[in-house]
Amino acid sequence: MARLVIDPVTRIEGHLRVEATVNGGKVKDAWSSCTMWRGMEIVLRGKDPRDAWAYAQRACGVCTTVHAIASVRAVEDAIGAKIPDNARILRNIIMANQNVQDHIIHFYHLHALDWVDVVSALKADPVKTSELAKSISSWPKNSATYFKAVQDKVKAFVESGQLGIFSNAYWGHPAYKLPPEANLMAVAHYLEALDVQREIIKIQALLGAKNPHPQTFVVGGQSTPVDPESQNALNADSIAFMLKYADMALEFVEKVYIPDLLAVASFYKEWAGIGGFNNFLACGDWPDANGKMYLPGGVIKNKNLAKIEPLDHKKFKEYITHSWYKYSKGDVGLHPWEGETTPNYTGPKPPYEYLNVEGKYSWGKAIRYEDLPMEVGPLARMLVAYGLGHKDVKEVVDMVLKKLGVGPEALFSTLGRTAARGIETLLMARKTKDYILELAQNMKKADTKIADTDKWDPKTWPKECKGVGLHDAPRGCLAHFVVIKDGKIANYQMVVPSTWNLSPRDHKGQRGPVEEALVGTPVADSKLPLELLRTIHSYDPCMACGMHMIEVREE
Amino acid sequence: MERETIYEGLVRKGVSRRDFLKFCASTAAVLGLSSSFVPKIAEAMEKKQKPVVVWLEYQDCAGCSESILRASKPTIGQIVLDVVSLEYHETIMAAAGHQAEKSLHDAIKNYKGKYLVVVEGAIPLKDGGVYCTIGGKSAVDLIKEICKDAMAVIAVGNCACFGGVPAAKPNPTGAVGVMDIIKDKPVINLPGCPLNVENFTATVVYFLTFGKLPAVDKLKRPLFAYGKLIHDNCERRGHFDASEYVKAWGDKGHRQGWCLFQMGCKGPFTNHNCPTIRWNEGVSWPVMAGHPCIGCSEPKFWDNNLYAEAEKNSFYAKAVGLAAMAGIANKVKTE
Ligand code: SF4
Ligand code: SF4
Repeated sequence: MARLVIDPVTRIEGHLRVEATVNGGKVKDAWSSCTMWRGMEIVLRGKDPRDAWAYAQRACGVCTTVHAIASVRAVEDAIGAKIPDNARILRNIIMANQNVQDHIIHFYHLHALDWVDVVSALKADPVKTSELAKSISSWPKNSATYFKAVQDKVKAFVESGQLGIFSNAYWGHPAYKLPPEANLMAVAHYLEALDVQREIIKIQALLGAKNPHPQTFVVGGQSTPVDPESQNALNADSIAFMLKYADMALEFVEKVYIPDLLAVASFYKEWAGIGGFNNFLACGDWPDANGKMYLPGGVIKNKNLAKIEPLDHKKFKEYITHSWYKYSKGDVGLHPWEGETTPNYTGPKPPYEYLNVEGKYSWGKAIRYEDLPMEVGPLARMLVAYGLGHKDVKEVVDMVLKKLGVGPEALFSTLGRTAARGIETLLMARKTKDYILELAQNMKKADTKIADTDKWDPKTWPKECKGVGLHDAPRGCLAHFVVIKDGKIANYQMVVPSTWNLSPRDHKGQRGPVEEALVGTPVADSKLPLELLRTIHSYDPCMACGMHMIEVREE
Repeated sequence: MERETIYEGLVRKGVSRRDFLKFCASTAAVLGLSSSFVPKIAEAMEKKQKPVVVWLEYQDCAGCSESILRASKPTIGQIVLDVVSLEYHETIMAAAGHQAEKSLHDAIKNYKGKYLVVVEGAIPLKDGGVYCTIGGKSAVDLIKEICKDAMAVIAVGNCACFGGVPAAKPNPTGAVGVMDIIKDKPVINLPGCPLNVENFTATVVYFLTFGKLPAVDKLKRPLFAYGKLIHDNCERRGHFDASEYVKAWGDKGHRQGWCLFQMGCKGPFTNHNCPTIRWNEGVSWPVMAGHPCIGCSEPKFWDNNLYAEAEKNSFYAKAVGLAAMAGIANKVKTE
């Protein structure tokens, strides 16, 4: 049996290592390990809870808004601050914009090269590429001249001999199935998407001063003023500015991302039967003025879409049987509120060849819901909404299934996960515009309130309080837990999407979702693990966040 | 094979001569050089081959990498394909695992003494470096090995420069910045959280044009980007001088763009060019968007309170003005 190691897993955020055994051309078993830890929750101890968002935001620079939002929500929940309507809308715009931009980068720059062979694009006929592109989309850059120019650039680049980030990859691998024309189209869109992501994120730059790491979240609301009568606040010009980029994003998603997704998927339909998982969890998000979530939360067990249970975070438990921590009570499962923080590295001394996967092997803890591993992310959200009969979600999911000629069971797979992300991007690109227009409506009413300033002063807070902040981030359900004592952080914990998805085994030996999804993956050449990367990337791992699963309690 | 020059690469990418000169001019502006330097920059771009760059990530959040993805002059597509030869970058490279490691080893072997190393993220020293390993090796061993034959090292973001978030009190993993480990190579610090990509491009262009790193302050930060206080270039300075302060989020002063000092602005103690170059192609910067500066280009800024006024802030309690800042900086360095 071949033992295979992928370290570093690239085209992700952070440091991930995957070990797997391969037998008879298939993955027999797999282990996922987080290999970096910063101890951010320890850093947060004793700090001012109003500052927590800024530290927490640095958990991840890719999903660069999500921890800030979960953090301010947790503190607001603890101290009882009520954010005004403008702040709710501003956060919805930021979250929707983040979702769209993040998913575009994921599809084109982190995931596409698992399916697209850049070198094969050199063999494409630009005229046929143009015909293919025109047959699926009315995107203006569809001419043969355009694709010829892209091809020439790639050719000159390859001939220069300096392949840079494209060197030593899997070009020519037998698992690549796209014809040269589809590869050329995808390479062109890889380059275009680099420009699109930079442009559309300017919505956040306007609302939050900069991206990455926008600086506009405050406990109780937002810090970017809204005042249609001022040039130093968000005003009618800002609405026009944001709409321009929201339109740009929507057009790109409708005319490039979705058609590309469908085109690529149609050549890889066997991946609708590979890389699936059974249990799903979503916390829901994008509240409207009445507090109803645009995308609902819920829990799915054993693929049963007919019975979706409401989410209750009290059913979260973390195990460390295979994680580099120790608990004072031994090998038990702890709810985040009762968590403990004692790093306990028992792995091999670096440099090492293999991890001891029988023992502890990751900085990530095993988070479980009613003792079950759960997948979180776009697929979980789309399945929960689909199961609950959500009109917008049903419409787009059914359209995609119909175009691919597959049934809903195809969603439980690597391909389904990748498709769900695209479907969600389309929905959120539409919602971005709705939220911007909602802000304009508020401006018309001369509503300039952006924060609950009554709760700004820590003297107004209870002596002791605790809160939870939930946010359904691009990569899935994110939960921050805070305990505040005498105006300072006594305990801070983050249960993040990659902790769910990339979790190691638990006390019962149950694999985490990615570990489980990898079992059975076909492997053509165990030295070139392209197929494994497909499933790993379909989860969009974000490891720097993943290892913050560590709790701090004031002794 | 003769490697092509940066200009040739850009021309091939469809960049016109006019746009090329514009790029040279805007870079000169970021560098604070007069327009008489534009031809010299252009000449360097025309003659110099693409520098080989390896980008390393340790205890980071990839925020600085994302910042590079927001590059506009040149764009990230141009940077990756034409301006530099980016041989290794975990967040965007196609290869993984052994194939990725091969790219790295090929680069440092084939371009021995000629490659630039960019480091993002801090390096943990505690407990034998077990808090960050890649391919089974610790970050501290890796960085020493990779920088050994480098031409120069560019630390990007506060983490790689000064330890950043992981090094915030009580620094659970013993995280440090690059200059605490690499002592025998030129190291330049481009802090910020994240780094502003314009300062990265300008540093690389300066290096190519003049064959050396730009002049730096005591903290190894280039003066062109970190030579002035935010406070001295701030568009709200008039309100500071007139004692017109924001007192609460959304109050009249806030909506009118008054000074954020009483909301905790660290602009008076922070050296960075945010007010002049701004972020995301000049769309905004923190003070402009109504949030106080948090001081992200200074060492140990994470140990300050974000919203506490400077004089009430423990870290800055003894600090008044630049002279004191320099004193603190020295203290930080010898700690
Ligand atoms: S400096 Fe900031 S943005 Fe850069 S890696 Fe560190 S935390 Fe992330
Ligand atoms: S906002 Fe900050 S940087 Fe600007 S004048 Fe006031 S204190 Fe100085």
